[in-house]
Amino acid sequence: MISHKDSMHILIADDDEDDRTFFSEAMMELKMNNKLTLFNDGKDLMDYLADPEIVIPHILFLDLNMPFMSGFECLKLIRSNNRFKDVSIAIYSTSSSEKDIEETFIEGANIYIKKPNDFTKLKKVIKEVLNINWQFHSSGLNKETFFFSI
Amino acid sequence: MKLYIKYDGIAACRVILQEQLERLNIKHQILGLGEIEISDNVSREDLAELHTALNKYSIFVVDNEKSQLIQRIKDTIVEMIYENEKLPSVTISQYLSEKLNFSYGYITNIFTENTYSSIENFIIIQKIERAKKLIIEDQLTLTEVSYKLNYSSVAYLSSQFKKVTGLTPSAFKRIVDKRRNLAN
Repeated sequence: MISHKDSMHILIADDDEDDRTFFSEAMMELKMNNKLTLFNDGKDLMDYLADPEIVIPHILFLDLNMPFMSGFECLKLIRSNNRFKDVSIAIYSTSSSEKDIEETFIEGANIYIKKPNDFTKLKKVIKEVLNINWQFHSSGLNKETFFFSI
Repeated sequence: MKLYIKYDGIAACRVILQEQLERLNIKHQILGLGEIEISDNVSREDLAELHTALNKYSIFVVDNEKSQLIQRIKDTIVEMIYENEKLPSVTISQYLSEKLNFSYGYITNIFTENTYSSIENFIIIQKIERAKKLIIEDQLTLTEVSYKLNYSSVAYLSSQFKKVTGLTPSAFKRIVDKRRNLAN
């Protein structure tokens, strides 16, 4: 459990450079005292996570469509590893089909984000996601039933 | 074989506290959720030992005043939602300020400043958390849940559920069921 005002460790994997920039700018503007690490694709992220020395992040943002390894494949791999059981996983995608959303949750995601296409909306979405994730971490709520679709 | 369990976190926590305090021979009284009165002097070593023993269960001794108050606010709200079948007849603001002995203005300010959430928002999140438990563990219908949690209507509960999770209660239940099947 993290206590009040501790910083949150956040990892993002996205192959689109513009999206990565948007994300980090949105996070910076939130001033939530977070530590952010960016990855260019799913494989990069998985290589990083394989290192036993790393600090386990609080939350991962995965783009669904990435070359080499999709967000969905990463999700399955990460969820099969007990080391990451406390990590929240947020998947984001341009798809808003109910089926895709449910499938992601069934495979172990906690958050599903329909990628907004303007910056102001993205910032608002990230803020809400980090906030609800924070509440789950700091108030000891049940991770097994933590789903949030936005 | 797979067992499904149902548990009462508050009761479990009390038992753990009791066991650990007794194991270290610390005379005490558990005052309520989140507060323990220790009746005699306890050595620094025993206290440290208690901290370590409790941390194993994700129970933490809170050591600064502000965090203590925030923890007490949270505990009071959680207790109110989980233990009293009927929510208090006075307003929540009145209830909190009477229980904690601070003005409601002070309570909301300190809470918002330190948790990134308003008290109202925290209450909604906790109520929906309980609703999830009632739907999954007790297999209650949405009508039963809305009655138990004092919602004015099922529609209102349903829309609040959707606001907090982005899902309808039935989609939520479907996902949990499918996850369980997958794990089997």
